[in-house]
Amino acid sequence: MSYVRSKFRHPMLPKNDLGYTVDYYEGSLSTLCAGCGHDSISAAIAQACFELNIKPHKVAKLSGIGCSSKTPAYFLNNSHGFNSVHGRMPSVATGANLANRDLIYLGVSGDGDTASIGMGQFVHVIRRNLNMVYIVMNNGCYGLTKGQDSATADSGSKNKSGSVNLFGAIDLASLAIELGATFVAQSFSGDKTQLTPLIKAAMSHPGFAFINIISPCVTFNNNAGSTKSYDYVREHIEATAMFDFVPEMKEIKADYEEGSVESLKMHDGSVIRLHKLAKDWNPLDRVSAMNAVQNAKAKNEILTGLLYLNTGSQDLHELLQTSDRPLNTLTESELCPGSEVLKEINASFR
Amino acid sequence: MSEIKVNDFVIRFANVNGTGSASANSLFTKSIFRMGVPVTPKNIFPSNIQGLPTWYEVRVSEKGYLGRREGIDFMVCVNPQSMTRDKDSVKSGGYFLYDSTKPLHSQYIREDINYIGIPMTELCNNAFTDARERQLFKNIVYVGALSAFFNIEFNVLEDQLGEQFKGKERLIEPNIKALKMGVDYVQEHFEYPLDIRVERRDLVGDSIMMSGNTACALGAIYAGATVAAWYPITPSTSVVDAFGKYAKKLRINKESGKNNFAVVQAEDELAAIGMVIGANWNGARSFTATSGPGVSLMNEFLGLAYFAEIPTVLIDVQRTGPSTGMPTRTQQSDILEAAYASHGDTKHVLLFPASPQECFELTAESFDLAEKLQTPVIVMTDLDLGMNDHVSRPLEWDDKREYQRGKVLDTEALEKFENYGRYFDFDGDGIPYRTIPGTHESKGAYVARGTSRDEYAVYTEDGGAYRRNMDRLIKKWNTAKEMVPAPEFYQEKNFSACGVLFFGTSTYAAEEAIELLKQEQISLDAMRVKAFPFGKAFVDFVNSHEKVFVIEQNRDAQFRSLMMIELGINPEKIISVLNYDGTPITADNILKQIKSSLKASE
Repeated sequence: MSYVRSKFRHPMLPKNDLGYTVDYYEGSLSTLCAGCGHDSISAAIAQACFELNIKPHKVAKLSGIGCSSKTPAYFLNNSHGFNSVHGRMPSVATGANLANRDLIYLGVSGDGDTASIGMGQFVHVIRRNLNMVYIVMNNGCYGLTKGQDSATADSGSKNKSGSVNLFGAIDLASLAIELGATFVAQSFSGDKTQLTPLIKAAMSHPGFAFINIISPCVTFNNNAGSTKSYDYVREHIEATAMFDFVPEMKEIKADYEEGSVESLKMHDGSVIRLHKLAKDWNPLDRVSAMNAVQNAKAKNEILTGLLYLNTGSQDLHELLQTSDRPLNTLTESELCPGSEVLKEINASFR
Repeated sequence: MSEIKVNDFVIRFANVNGTGSASANSLFTKSIFRMGVPVTPKNIFPSNIQGLPTWYEVRVSEKGYLGRREGIDFMVCVNPQSMTRDKDSVKSGGYFLYDSTKPLHSQYIREDINYIGIPMTELCNNAFTDARERQLFKNIVYVGALSAFFNIEFNVLEDQLGEQFKGKERLIEPNIKALKMGVDYVQEHFEYPLDIRVERRDLVGDSIMMSGNTACALGAIYAGATVAAWYPITPSTSVVDAFGKYAKKLRINKESGKNNFAVVQAEDELAAIGMVIGANWNGARSFTATSGPGVSLMNEFLGLAYFAEIPTVLIDVQRTGPSTGMPTRTQQSDILEAAYASHGDTKHVLLFPASPQECFELTAESFDLAEKLQTPVIVMTDLDLGMNDHVSRPLEWDDKREYQRGKVLDTEALEKFENYGRYFDFDGDGIPYRTIPGTHESKGAYVARGTSRDEYAVYTEDGGAYRRNMDRLIKKWNTAKEMVPAPEFYQEKNFSACGVLFFGTSTYAAEEAIELLKQEQISLDAMRVKAFPFGKAFVDFVNSHEKVFVIEQNRDAQFRSLMMIELGINPEKIISVLNYDGTPITADNILKQIKSSLKASE
């Protein structure tokens, strides 16, 4: 982690329509590892809200448990947040959204939080088409418990201890499309130029907007077997002291041309291939989107960008026909039927 | 004929589940209620939709005893599956009514009971052509027969059918026909009325007959709950069903026609309580209803709500545990689970309603308490109270009553508030001020979390800050002790060295037992508990008696444990009176246990 953040801001920082500079959208100092992909996503969220001229207090940030779920403290300091329990963010977001349909709900989760313990809630929040942005910061491992494989780790990939993952990966984007999510995108934390507009689009989408973001874990998904690996170093310091060594590393950044395929070398030496959506794919067609994702997968590529968009859906409030005014603003006189009505009810039970 | 028993008997109906007996049986019960006589029905039903035996037991009590009573005076047996057991359960000298279309096998004959054969199948097969009608009207035929045997006023039955089938008038005529078939058969073949019978009285006043679950639902409606999230589980399902039903009538926006409420059937109990917590965090009154297995699943979230201090209302309609237990039988066995739900140092406020009227009142109050205390409040009802109809005081609502939303800062208040910290104890009562998302542009935002934090809701692993917070939570707990409903006492001044305490559905039987004991010159001071944590009045009662009987319906004396844990009371002083076979406790059972304990200590 970093210990200090520069307070210096360029006096000519651009302001948005509300008169705020981007730092108004920042949060507390991150305690994640330096170089963590999650911090780039936090920055992209702040940037997206800044560019969208969102009033921060009209955003509610929700998360579960894990490295990713810590991030709501690291952006939008003037928004309420809810760091809930492991895998249960979707239900808390559902209740919060039902209480007040006028806020923007931004859920942040990780691959463990969503694809394992939270799979049930993830699936059902999609079914309900809750109007929210659901971001998964996907690093294929459990960072806070020191790097165990997660359910999104690819079969055959080596974890930090050098053992090979035996099980197939859960492809969250494909699953979301299959389940009928109304906005599905995939991106990479190192690609802020793609990520920021995707988040902006997701926040503007009136329904369930899912972004699966590959976000490398610099500390645990790294150089297995190498004498420079963190495992190796830890083994050598274990006898001398309680000591955790996390080196400063540069974030992976990617920039690529529309339609091109790029191979990115990860910190641990493995390769991620990024494939921009080809122009002839129709993101408004669910079958076409599913085909695109599957075709890319067959070529060991990760398809990024907007994958699927359904513009004609009804969100949970529309389905339940709840009041246009937020339920949490209804007054006692609107909610309580009063004693005369109760007399009639009593009479019907005699 | 023996001595005539007026308005004092127990009748049991042995039916096959799914054959339409429920509405016929409640027609019978309601008629007695409408004749002004206290009556208490209990469904003893299987975890099954069709085919298994189900029983319906009705106690008629001129004295107003509404608890269950052992011993069947009259058995209506229309289920061959359970006939052996049903025949055995009749009191000596009692009656056994059966379908005599086929002769009764000699194995069902007892010398000491009276047999009444009515060829219900034959009568219905002759009178009706449709197979379903032939089945359904057998039930109505026996109700008609019973009305003749017991002297139930025929027009009281007729009136009910009229109300029941309002809008479907063509159904009234065949029902009345079936009733009359029963009456006529009795008049032609038997002496009537019997030595056990009903006589009109004026003993129920303006009482109502309602299930506790319906009353809880209405309590939530009146308290302004807007979000109900739940997962179906017996015996709590009808709470949210009834909430939805009344909300559709009473909570529709007049102009837009839209709903001033939302009901969500969640994917499981975890999600249900998660939604409730999310909605309450965001300023809407929200609740869920479940039973023991659901509370087990909700433990994690209850800990979060306790620690992050989010108002939460949970209605626990208890059933027989452990595990899946007997899902359709009653118990008070979630007490410790609910009181200390979740890992770490957690404690929750519990309320114990004892009647439908109190289900309404305490559910409504639970929303105030949850918001005032910013913590979960669990309404501890049970299957007996929740799913059976009970004669109860009518529900009451004072229109002057205002929702107590607790310490919530609005925009204006936040504007004036200096140095706001979500978890500061500004008032010294342990209760901090909360803010609702979206209230103020630059003040009051915080991250609610299940992790330790300082007064400003910022994550910390500082032991001092953690401990300050935990100590404040105990201060809040102590504030809660005098904020929750006080116990009810049955005497102005204590007069006995022995006290007895009880709560929830043990109340009916306990009150009856106390009277019976009095008749035997054993007088006890009595206290009915309505809430946990225990306040001063509770402690004083326990301290001023040498011995306190604690009546509860579980094996492990959970309430007694709660007293020992929270108050450090000498275990020898608290004597358990227990019932845990899944049926509601009876006065006779209480009487026996208390007497044998007193005898042993003589």
